[in-house]
Amino acid sequence: MLSAIASRLSQALLVMLAVTAIAFVMFRYVGDPVAMMSREDATPAEKAELRRSLGLDRPVLVQYGDFVGRVARGQLGVSFRNQRPVVELMAERLPATLELVLVATLLSLSVGVPLGVFCALKPDSAAARAIQTLSLVGISMPTFVTGIGLILLFAVVLRWLPSFGRGDVVSIGGWTTGFLSRSGWASLILPGVTLALYQLTLIMRLVRAEMIDVMSSDYIRFAKARGLPPRYIHFRLALRNALMPVITVTGLQIGSLIAFAIVTETVFQWPGMGLLFIQAVSFADVPVMAAYLLFVGALFVLINMAVDVIYTVVDPRLRTRRA
Amino acid sequence: MSTPISTAAPAPSRRKRGPRVPPSVLVGAALVAVIGAAAAFAPFVAPTNPLDVGTFDLMNAELPPAFMAEGDAHFLLGTDNQGRDLLSAMLYGARVSIAIGGGAVLVAASVGIVLGLLAGYFGGWVDALIMRVGDVILSLPTILLALLVSGVARAVFPEAGTAQWAPVILIGAIAIHEWVQYARTVRAATMVETRKDYVRAARVIGLPSARIMARHILPNVLSPVIVIATINLAAAVLTEATLSFLGVGMPPTYPSLGTLIRIGNEFVFSGIWWIAVFPAALLVVLVLGVNIVGDWLRDWFNPRRQAR
Repeated sequence: MLSAIASRLSQALLVMLAVTAIAFVMFRYVGDPVAMMSREDATPAEKAELRRSLGLDRPVLVQYGDFVGRVARGQLGVSFRNQRPVVELMAERLPATLELVLVATLLSLSVGVPLGVFCALKPDSAAARAIQTLSLVGISMPTFVTGIGLILLFAVVLRWLPSFGRGDVVSIGGWTTGFLSRSGWASLILPGVTLALYQLTLIMRLVRAEMIDVMSSDYIRFAKARGLPPRYIHFRLALRNALMPVITVTGLQIGSLIAFAIVTETVFQWPGMGLLFIQAVSFADVPVMAAYLLFVGALFVLINMAVDVIYTVVDPRLRTRRA
Repeated sequence: MSTPISTAAPAPSRRKRGPRVPPSVLVGAALVAVIGAAAAFAPFVAPTNPLDVGTFDLMNAELPPAFMAEGDAHFLLGTDNQGRDLLSAMLYGARVSIAIGGGAVLVAASVGIVLGLLAGYFGGWVDALIMRVGDVILSLPTILLALLVSGVARAVFPEAGTAQWAPVILIGAIAIHEWVQYARTVRAATMVETRKDYVRAARVIGLPSARIMARHILPNVLSPVIVIATINLAAAVLTEATLSFLGVGMPPTYPSLGTLIRIGNEFVFSGIWWIAVFPAALLVVLVLGVNIVGDWLRDWFNPRRQAR
């Protein structure tokens, strides 16, 4: 158990070191910070002074060490474009992205799991076949195409729902939420569905495959032979075991969802971190790009470890085997 | 269409000893073949040349498709915001999308195969280094890594967004993530092959390692690579489209399907739907076709299925 934790931790540390190294290289070598920060008519002496005061004349490894120290203290520099601390910008945008990802995850789970179970229990029904075919269309459909399609239908043709922004948000101690207003909810629907659809097909196909596997296992055959009610067999005995890998994949996918939110946020002009990042990319705003990379890297590592822990908690077999 | 179809897609139905090919797979393969051929021969098939700015007429801008009331018979699917024939732009765009997707798959597969062979054959620190780098790369999502690569490329090198350099950057940005899959698969297969007698024999007679890997091991580890490559092609075309849609891919002067959808997206609100919808439909059909074929190939090559 200890060695497993140690190897997970060392791998996590390795990923974080690699990510900070990439971020450092971006900060240090993409564009010249001195040229970016000094006035246009600065003399060479002034530039040299700035270079020295920024510590850019010291050995690279020392600079990297300093950089890691600053990152650990949360000092990620100032955005070139907005002239504001990056951490402040990110903190402002974080609630929008997290709320969107939360809604998308809940939506995809609450629709994907029942659909997957249905397709596994009635594989030959016409409905199940139709769902299967649609799911292949679903994975072939890029997020931005889904988004544009929904906007075209519900915002342009039917005029039912807003197509951009978050609507009215309520601020609760630095966290802005769209959950407390009518327009906030209305604005969440289209981006939430867009982001959920990609995830939904994945969850559905996974639940279906797992469920089919579990249904053909011995203990289910015995349960059937004992004459237990089908409802009990399907949902208490089979589904519980089929959901194990779903937990892992959903957990791991939260990271990808945050990255995919970049696309959804661009289509719906959703003021989250993804939109911040894509604007930073088009303006070559390196501090914001680096900070976003660090954030996503850290998030991935945390999620991976959390999924491992949840897995041991949920599956008693793993616990006894390791103890 | 009289263009040779067989060049653009495999003809799985002609495989010997194969199971009966389901009709959906044939439809998928046919769609890919038709789109592939139309794209490959775009200069001969397309009504106009969408890359020749001289032929556009702003007077023709934003014309609806020919089947609508205000449509013009010259422009079957209407025109875009510059008066460019949309059908022609789509055919050329599909060509760009497929070329970049295919290029990315080729680069990723070549790099992955070489590194996978090295890792599997030599083991030890070579293996550890390659696989750890791969782990770190896989811990980031494709789209994020691709955005970072193209973003950084643009910051360092201002010409990165031009028609000449954008394809190179795009291929690199996509392949940097995808090679890991090939490397992992090839490494696992190579480790199995390396222990077999024919490789040992080759070593004993003193053949150089490079020759053993290229001539003896490589042919035996290639078949899973073909499956991964097919499925990856769909993913690569989608990633390219996404990057172009986000504005860090192909420029509007040399559009891919993603760029066309980006242009169209700005007009969706004014009721000019066709600029976005037709390229998007073509993209989805293309990717769907590739996915259907890829799914079937994966099942077909699956050892568990063959054993049954």
